[in-house]
Amino acid sequence: MYRRVDHRKFKSMNRRELLKLTPVVALGAFAIPSVQKPLLRAGLGFSDWASRVMFRSGHLATTFSDSDLTPFAKFPINDYDVDDPGVDFDRWTLTVAGAVQKGGDYKLEHIQALPKFRQNTRHVCVEGWDVIGRFGGARLSDFLKAIGADLTARYVYVECADDYYESLDMATALHPQTLLCYEMYDQPLTREHGAPLRLNIPTKVGYKQAKYLTDLTVTNVLQRVGYWEDQGYSEFCGL
Amino acid sequence: MGTPTIAIENTKSGEVRDAVYEHPFIVRLCHWVNAVALFVMVGSGLQIFRAFPSFGAKIPEKVLLNWPKSFAIGGWLGGALQWHLTFMWIYIGSGLLYLGYQILSGNYKQVLFVPRDVRGVWPMVRHYFFFGSKPPVREAYNPLQKHAYTSVVILGILSVATGFVIWKPIQFSWLAWMMGGFHYARLWHFIVMWAMLAFVFGHLIMVVLHGWNKFVSMLTGWKKDPEYLAK
Repeated sequence: MYRRVDHRKFKSMNRRELLKLTPVVALGAFAIPSVQKPLLRAGLGFSDWASRVMFRSGHLATTFSDSDLTPFAKFPINDYDVDDPGVDFDRWTLTVAGAVQKGGDYKLEHIQALPKFRQNTRHVCVEGWDVIGRFGGARLSDFLKAIGADLTARYVYVECADDYYESLDMATALHPQTLLCYEMYDQPLTREHGAPLRLNIPTKVGYKQAKYLTDLTVTNVLQRVGYWEDQGYSEFCGL
Repeated sequence: MGTPTIAIENTKSGEVRDAVYEHPFIVRLCHWVNAVALFVMVGSGLQIFRAFPSFGAKIPEKVLLNWPKSFAIGGWLGGALQWHLTFMWIYIGSGLLYLGYQILSGNYKQVLFVPRDVRGVWPMVRHYFFFGSKPPVREAYNPLQKHAYTSVVILGILSVATGFVIWKPIQFSWLAWMMGGFHYARLWHFIVMWAMLAFVFGHLIMVVLHGWNKFVSMLTGWKKDPEYLAK
């Protein structure tokens, strides 16, 4: 009726089937400390690559009505160092460099002269919480065009008054909701929220949205990715 | 059945036993890869949850669960995210391979819970939980097993869907909307995890109760003397 097999042959058949599962043991590489780090880096890198592919530059983040706003007083103040790095507003400029035609120092008035956009968007922290805030400012894309930036460059890199630094992929930098933000809740940015100028990027998590900007560089090569990224966080971290 | 059945002959004692190749290689491979991946996903997920052990918006923030660090993977939020965002691909990959194989090979018939299995659920429940008599075994999987293994596949799909909404709430805004929004996606992700852990708990108990023979069959594919072949 069916095949007859000697019990010794059955044992070797079993062994062969068991050996086929050895690829599972390869996962044990993750338990080896020296290999674990590069493996996890590669995994995170793959996730970032997938994120870049999934990002749709024309797809807008949800905007909310004023009644959905988190009260300004309850909008969390997150920084890695100090709430107020003591920026001298009178002497403040944004220093622009890199792959741009018109580098140099830009005053806040230059940025405020660009078309102004206001948006009620969700601010999502990598920790998992979120708030809905009202942000106002100029589109980063408008500013990049105004300074004659090479829009085919890969990154926009920023440095901050509190030594924080961040970088942004060009696709996100050109997204219509990515703002050089100088207003929150229709008021000039307060010091603890990053005055005089911060990034507001609804399509990114909070740590990408650097505050107290001082320098902006358009570049193809990053010496450093970002304060948190260089400690192991995702580089793209888009929502 | 479609599963190859053989007779094992012991030349010394003359004893003849039956064996069935019950679990194809791809199913076994996916089972064990997924077991490792699920372990890492839960461990790192709980470490991620520790960063904001609550649901909803920032306010009001209530710590719902003080999950101990020793039962979490990654050490800190950044480390846990690396584990989670790495193993999610292994988890998804093994899931897709399993589903693809089951569908294309037709092996799904062995385990998919279908309407005609509904009748058999209650007798099995009575047997397992209320000391009822054991219903006759006719197939590799009884109706309750089919129910469990079909449900856990659905839970697996839901875990990926809810996870993607948390990871990319804007790119998957339509999916987020279906789940009741970003906050609910996070809650669903958490609930699905506990449901899967409940499955794993029951699964492991059954493995222990049913003995070595069935455990080995998930390693080698071959099951000796399956009940449904009893003479």
